[in-house]
Amino acid sequence: MTAPAVHASDDENTPELAFQLRLYIAGQTVKSVAAIANLKRICETHLARRYSIEVIDLTEAPHLAVRDQILAIPTLVRRLPAPIKKIIGDLSNEERVLIGLDIHSDGV
Amino acid sequence: MKKKLSEGLSALVKAATGIDGLDEITGGGLPTGRPTLVCGSAGCGKTMLAMEFLVRGATEFDEPGVFMMFEENAAELTANVRSLGFDLEGLISEKKIVLDYVHIERSEIEETGEYDLEGLFIRLGHAIDSIGAKRVVLDTIEALFAGLPNQAVLRAELRRLFRWLKDRGMTAVITGEKGDGNAITRYGLEEYVADCVIILDQRIREQVSTRRLRVLKYRGTAHGMNEYPFLISPHGFSVLPITSLLLEHGVSTKRVPTGIERLDEMLGGQGVFQGSSVLVSGSSGTGKSSIAAKFIETACKRGERALFFAYEESAAQIVRNMRSVDIDLQPWIDRGLLQIHSSRPTLQGLEQHLVLMHDAVQSFRPTVVVVDPISNLTLADDDSEVKPTLMRLIDFLKKEQITAVFTSLITSGDAVSAPEDTLLGVSSLMDTWLLLRNVEFTGERNRTIFVRKSRGMAHSNQVREFILSDRGIDLVDVYLGGDRVLTGSARVAQEAQERDAATLRGEDHERKLRQLDSKRKAIEAQIAALQAEAEADSEEVHFAIAQELLQQKATHRNADAMKHQRSGSTEQLEDVVETTA
Repeated sequence: MTAPAVHASDDENTPELAFQLRLYIAGQTVKSVAAIANLKRICETHLARRYSIEVIDLTEAPHLAVRDQILAIPTLVRRLPAPIKKIIGDLSNEERVLIGLDIHSDGV
Repeated sequence: MKKKLSEGLSALVKAATGIDGLDEITGGGLPTGRPTLVCGSAGCGKTMLAMEFLVRGATEFDEPGVFMMFEENAAELTANVRSLGFDLEGLISEKKIVLDYVHIERSEIEETGEYDLEGLFIRLGHAIDSIGAKRVVLDTIEALFAGLPNQAVLRAELRRLFRWLKDRGMTAVITGEKGDGNAITRYGLEEYVADCVIILDQRIREQVSTRRLRVLKYRGTAHGMNEYPFLISPHGFSVLPITSLLLEHGVSTKRVPTGIERLDEMLGGQGVFQGSSVLVSGSSGTGKSSIAAKFIETACKRGERALFFAYEESAAQIVRNMRSVDIDLQPWIDRGLLQIHSSRPTLQGLEQHLVLMHDAVQSFRPTVVVVDPISNLTLADDDSEVKPTLMRLIDFLKKEQITAVFTSLITSGDAVSAPEDTLLGVSSLMDTWLLLRNVEFTGERNRTIFVRKSRGMAHSNQVREFILSDRGIDLVDVYLGGDRVLTGSARVAQEAQERDAATLRGEDHERKLRQLDSKRKAIEAQIAALQAEAEADSEEVHFAIAQELLQQKATHRNADAMKHQRSGSTEQLEDVVETTA
């Protein structure tokens, strides 16, 4: 609950394309920091103005781990569009992240 | 305090599970502050064991617990353990137990880059902290292997997890699926959990399944090495170790008559001890059930309650058949003093039968229990299993001061060679052992009975003939003549013969006496005749003497008269006559 939700999209005309993302981390570890950086970069590149990111630090809000069935850290949860998808790891492999989020590299 | 100190010094500290029998096998429970691996195939009771460990910890030992499940969700688990009488919802609301369902769906997960399972640690840590837990169950953590693609990470994290649990001082139970072949677990969890490993097993033999438990290893402590049958009853998990028989039940000196007067006579005149176990064995048709039924009828007549577990006949059949030997059980059933539980032995495993008996005894509270027959409860080749189970049953009945009668069928083959040997395993558990035998002789089969043993009382060493008739059960003395024991009509014939011979002998005596009598009378008659003769003789002699004297006198008188006449004095003649008269 530390990092405030980053709202990078104001485009109300394309709500069906909005990506609602939640990133679970546990403290400022190397993997967590890398995951946040990687996620921001990928979203900016492929989902500009069509995404929101909520970063949750479980060391501060451990009870939230149950809600999204979090085991691995870091875990990225795609809440919208449905269905829910989870990507675990520090998101260093951009191609796999895009596949996981169902985003084609051309940005569609 | 002293006890705790010595325990700490002598061995590692153990956390009691509160599970019947398990604490005895492990010598006090699971290692405190360390993880224990419980593994076994699907459906063998891992989850039940783990859950009871947690519930008992929370309710009996004031050690709250966290149940982290990977396969069932909370609602399913709660429903499942409700059948054991555990009120999970109540315990959860009292903050004594936390359930956490960890679900991982492989299809939802994409892996990219490095990660660890810190989320799991955080969840577990949070759950532990929220109630101050001392116990943790992970059921079944192996599900993670299916959910997470990177096994190297998973293994490293599991190793870390178990260390972490130890560091936090959690007494943990980790369940694992049995692996193929010799593998203890499918994913080799035993590598990480090396302190205590318990194996559960479910075996099916002749379509009847039995569950067993074995402590494979327990680092730093002695433990029972055997396989122990266990059962999951409505009261929870229950292991049947032989060692749980501490033989400390109270004993009674009160005697219970068997209902067969002459049998009581053979048992020191008063019957068996209350709370003792009686084995009635014999081949088929020797009257085992009848003795048991008589025993029950007698108890009911005293106004006591009796419980009849029948594994051969239905209740109605027993009632009907027992009428043929003048035992009417129906009135007692109607009055609620007698319950007959009939079932097929193959209906369920031995341990389930035991559970059923246990529950029936607990709820009905009888003073007499009959199991007819115990030999049907198991397969003849599986004595190793029946003995501890039976021992457990006997122990339980003794503790409750319930007199138990067990009948046991000896198959005809055994009966010829060594009828006693086939029951050695079971007979040593019994206090009194009545052996029934068929004796076949002169085209007839008869029943005999004798007391093979009866602890703590003088008992007859005699073989009695055992007679079942529409007048009931009776024992009669057998005929012992020459070198054989006669029973049945041979005995009756022999008795008749004896009787005839006795009659004859009697008549002979009388005849002799009569002869003697008449002889005596004849002699007496002779004596009388002789006496009469003697009297006659003496009378004749006196008569002759008198006659001679008279003649003599007459002669004298004539002579005097003549003399007088010759001298001429009348007076002198008269004087002479007077003197001679």
